[in-house]
Amino acid sequence: MIEREYDVVIVGSGAGGGTVAQELAPLVKDGVRVLLLEQGPRLGDDEFTGREVEMADALYEDGGGFLTADGTMTLAFGRVFGGSTVVYTGTSLVAPERVIRGWNVPDLAHTDVARRSAKFAEQNNVHLFTPDLINDNNRLFVEGCGKAGYRAEQFPLNVKGCKGSSLCNLGCPNAAKMGTHRIQLPGAQSQGVQMVTRAEVLKIGERSLSVVVRAKKEGEKGAESEWAPGEYHVGAKLIVVAGGAVGSPALLLRSGFGTRLPALGAGFTCHPAHILVAEHERPITNDVGHPKSYYVDRAAEEGYVLETCMYFPFTTAKNLTGFGPAHSALMRAFPRLQMILVLACDKAVPHNRVTVDRDGKAVVRYRFTPDTVEAMVRATRASARIFFAAGALRVHAPSADPPLIERRDAARLDELIAARHFLAGKVSVSAAHLMGGCAMGQPGDTAASVTDAWGRVHGLPWLRVADASLFPDSLEINPYLTIMALADRVAERIRSEARDLLGAGAGAA
Amino acid sequence: MFRALAEAFVPESAALDEGGWAEAEAIVERFLATRPAAVRRQLRLLIRLLDLLPLLRYGRRFRSLDATRRLRVLEAAQNAPMLLLRRGIWGLRTLAFMAYYERPEAAAEIGYRATARGWEARR
Repeated sequence: MIEREYDVVIVGSGAGGGTVAQELAPLVKDGVRVLLLEQGPRLGDDEFTGREVEMADALYEDGGGFLTADGTMTLAFGRVFGGSTVVYTGTSLVAPERVIRGWNVPDLAHTDVARRSAKFAEQNNVHLFTPDLINDNNRLFVEGCGKAGYRAEQFPLNVKGCKGSSLCNLGCPNAAKMGTHRIQLPGAQSQGVQMVTRAEVLKIGERSLSVVVRAKKEGEKGAESEWAPGEYHVGAKLIVVAGGAVGSPALLLRSGFGTRLPALGAGFTCHPAHILVAEHERPITNDVGHPKSYYVDRAAEEGYVLETCMYFPFTTAKNLTGFGPAHSALMRAFPRLQMILVLACDKAVPHNRVTVDRDGKAVVRYRFTPDTVEAMVRATRASARIFFAAGALRVHAPSADPPLIERRDAARLDELIAARHFLAGKVSVSAAHLMGGCAMGQPGDTAASVTDAWGRVHGLPWLRVADASLFPDSLEINPYLTIMALADRVAERIRSEARDLLGAGAGAA
Repeated sequence: MFRALAEAFVPESAALDEGGWAEAEAIVERFLATRPAAVRRQLRLLIRLLDLLPLLRYGRRFRSLDATRRLRVLEAAQNAPMLLLRRGIWGLRTLAFMAYYERPEAAAEIGYRATARGWEARR
């Protein structure tokens, strides 16, 4: 066992960990030793090939095939330097006021979240695309929304020099996406924050971590770890856990904190999503241009959000319901396909939670509530209306049986798309907005929460959480700016307490 | 048996030559190598079960059925009341789709043209 000693150790390098690293980096010049550990590898710019399975293997947990315990939903989250900010589409929205108010976390105001979100939006070059960069897939969505009576809004995006590869979810091959691996992490590293990749934290003890650094396997993408392979015992005066809504609760649970923190792992939400596909008469530009430029927000009224999207052949095939000749015919219409992602705004319920198995591996227990299924059905009907209004010949709807709905049946959508056809295990459901598990709440209220509004774990001043696991309930919109805003709060509080937490020399910022 | 299943899930795979099958199967093998041993065991068991299941209705094993009957067996299984069977079919079809559509030739066949050059390659 190799011994190492630091003042602050950050676990995870995504939107949460990357932000904390950046915000704590100024402490380094005061002599504070800050270390960031990332489980995944650090990829070189030339390693982003856009090949689907190859990139999914390199960038995602379980190669993008992480399943919930009953196998009915796939959860997609990054396992790479930069975390999920490497693989999202860069959509950058500020949390809705009603959601933050509804969370009812003392000392957490929407104005504060919005102010900090604006700071990161500016830092990450968030802006709206000009019309010449919008492809037909997105244009048809806007057109269909207009005709069907839905208000389409444009996504602000955090890109610089986007060439429109459409490959965002496989990691941008043009280094255009301003994830933490492009902005916050290099900035922190240049100020002296030490970063170690391929470093998995097995357990957290009293002001210490058990870490295993793995060697790069033959043929694997990414650089070798900065540390020699082996087992490490890392001492730390302060530990910030930012391993995401699956990773953080799982790490704390396998470290034995579940007894003193009964809410640990509870309240997991994820915006369960379907990919819907419609076939047009003529080819459209769909596999070129940014894939996710517009959305419809019906969260407050109907419990769903619709987003434009465009996926790759295997992902598309997997997400269509069924197989055989009908499935193949739709795949062969690829150049004529329009796609919409429907997301249900699920609510935190007791039975949906993160647990760990005997080996300490994360297990997500999730059952679709009737409300979530109904929201997905409403969203699917709305999408079908938008598709047909945009001129589609036929629509593939997972919650219909058979799933293919022809234009002549467009007036029967309410009848054809129904909850009774949502057969878990048959229909493909995936989720990439993973939230909750270490919920913020009233200070000291261990029955209902894990941390206070500043990510301080109840009763453990040396342990903080700074990622989407802090969300006490679904955010009902794309989460990354909100994660950064909350992580910024966590870091600010650490800086203000630095002298007490880290000892002499650590100047309060 | 995997080929018989793959041909039912993706009818075009019946036209693959030996080289094409080798490529497709290598994609699946690489993926399965990263899965826990228990998952691989369950898949083998499911494939065996699916091969034998049609004996009850058609008196023949899955691999000996024609394309229409193969499809019927799989459709019945994907609509089965038992979640375990439904998700098993979902998993197998996922592997078949991965095997077929991850090949660069398949992307070309269906007209998928995304490249890193993006708009520059189209305008």
